[in-house]
This record gives sequence, structure tokens and C-alpha cells, in this order.
Amino acid sequence: MPTIASAGPIVARDGALWMHTPDGFLTPLVAGAMWLASIVVLAYAVRRTNHALDERAVPLMGVTAAFIFAAQMVNFPVFPGTSGHLLGGVLAAVLLGPWAGTLVMTSVVAVQALLFQDGGLLVMGANIFNMGIVGTLGGYAVYRAVAGLLGGEARGRYPAAGIAAWLAVMGGALAITLQLAASGATDLAVALPVILGLHALIGLGEAAITVAAIAFIANVRGELLDLRPGVAEPRP
Amino acid sequence: MSARDRLGRWWWLGGLAIAALVVVVLAPLASGDPDGLERVATDQGFAERAEDAPFSIIPDYVIPGLEGPAATIVAGLVGVVLVFGLIWLVGRFLVRRSPEADR
Repeated sequence: MPTIASAGPIVARDGALWMHTPDGFLTPLVAGAMWLASIVVLAYAVRRTNHALDERAVPLMGVTAAFIFAAQMVNFPVFPGTSGHLLGGVLAAVLLGPWAGTLVMTSVVAVQALLFQDGGLLVMGANIFNMGIVGTLGGYAVYRAVAGLLGGEARGRYPAAGIAAWLAVMGGALAITLQLAASGATDLAVALPVILGLHALIGLGEAAITVAAIAFIANVRGELLDLRPGVAEPRP
Repeated sequence: MSARDRLGRWWWLGGLAIAALVVVVLAPLASGDPDGLERVATDQGFAERAEDAPFSIIPDYVIPGLEGPAATIVAGLVGVVLVFGLIWLVGRFLVRRSPEADR
């Protein structure tokens, strides 16, 4: 169905616009298992942040969540007929640590599903896991490991964030592909190369935005990079 | 402590303004093409499995009743403020309590 502009401002899309996994893609069993996984991680994230969160980090949580929500609206072209958008998990984890970062990603995904009908309710656990937890826990582990290899965060911050962001997108793409295959929506052997191939490109955008955002903060308000729990300590 | 002194009390207003700017300037320019997952879902024929949400408040990032880019911009600004407020509240509950800061 032709719409106003083929150049495609987001408002001119025909049909339902969704960016996150909608209900129906995953079977109740798979969706339920992902809910369970996300709830376990979330409960632990609350435990880790409860009474431990630096008061000064609260506004940073708000701004990070607001920015990730806004940036997720900005689909960038990756291929003719295909776009991608920021996930933001690594950005949140680098700024806030993996646990507060997980809470930030969860709040973004929850508002998108509940208010904007972007992402299903039954599959919200999967969306939290794929877009949030993979990046905040997995991506953060990669970030720390790469930064360590490069001689510490101060020296290796940007390559570490870029690599972690790219891998987080690939990890999220792998996770949703496995969930889709387990739900019988698609064949793993058919879907995996296509989904990973596309997200290898989308991940470059994720890496660029993540590094640019951290570089911007480092140059404008470098103190914000010190609010993450344990960042000032010599060894984790 | 010194980090806070240098940051000042109101730095987050600037951060929020940047998020709002992304919505106002960039969101209307966003690619309308399907994203990676939607592309694959369409190509591989499982897109029709998608079920409509049981309720609809601001579907598709378009405020009902508004048209054109304004509908997207207002929807995005509502989202930015809501996400910001929600996680701020969550953070307030989780914050480390020091006796003198508790009030």
C-alpha cells in the first residue's frame, strides 16, 4: 500500500509498525521461559543495586533511559529496504554498571510495550533479555575484558565499547533467532545466517552510536563516567 | 563528592534536552524501512504470526489525533519524559541511604 513518502519518515509507514518482537512470534512456553530468565536477572539486579546505588547515579539513570528510548526511535538504513536501531545495553552498562543498566533497559522496554505497543506483553521477557540483559551483562563483560587487554578503561574505552556493542547486537540477534526456532516460527539453519548477517551491519551502527555517546560524555561531562559502581576502585 | 560538585545540580536537564532533541530532530527523519527482525519475519513468512496488542495507547509512536511529524515528535517526547520519570522513581527507591541524606 503506497503511503505519503517512499523516502519513509517513520510516520508514513503502512501497516503496523513494530520494532520489537510482537506477541505471537514465540510460543507461550518459550516466552514464559524468557520471562523467567529475565525476572531472575532483574531480581538479582534489584538486590545488587538496592541500598548500594550512588545517589548521584539516579539522574544519570534517567537521562540514559531517556536517551536510549529516543535513540531507539531513530531507525537508520543498513541495506535497501532494511533499517536498524540502537539497542543501548552496552551504553547503559558502561555508564551505570550491568545491574543499574539492566534496570534502565527494562524500563525502556516496558514503556515501549505498555504505552507504545512496540513489543508484545507475553514476549516482553524475551525483549528485555535480548535487548537489555544480553548487552548489559554480556556486553559489559566483553567491555571489561577488552578494556583490560588494552591496558585499562582509560586507554581502551572506545575500542572496548565498540566491540562490546557490536557483539551485544549479535548476541541479541542470536538469542531471538534461537527463540524463534524453538517456537517453530522459522528454521534455524535458514534464519540464522540471514539474521546474523543483517545484524552484523546493524551492530556497526550500534557500535558507532555507543562510542560517540561515550566520547561526547567524556568530553562534555567526564565526571559522569566515574559514577558507575566500583569504577574508581583499582581492581574489581 | 567532587564529581557532584563539578556536575552541579541541574546537569540532567541538559541530558534530557539532548534526548528531546533526538526525538524532535532525528526521529522524524528515521528510516521507515522495516528493521532487521521485521525484514526477516516478512521475508521468511512468519510476520503474520504477530498478534495485535490487547490494548492500544500510543500505537506506532504516533499520537492519536495528530498528523505528520508532529504526531511522532509528541509521542516521542511523552516517552522520553515517562521513561525518565519511571527510572528516576526506581532509582530513588534503590539509592544508598545515608542517615543525613534521608529525608
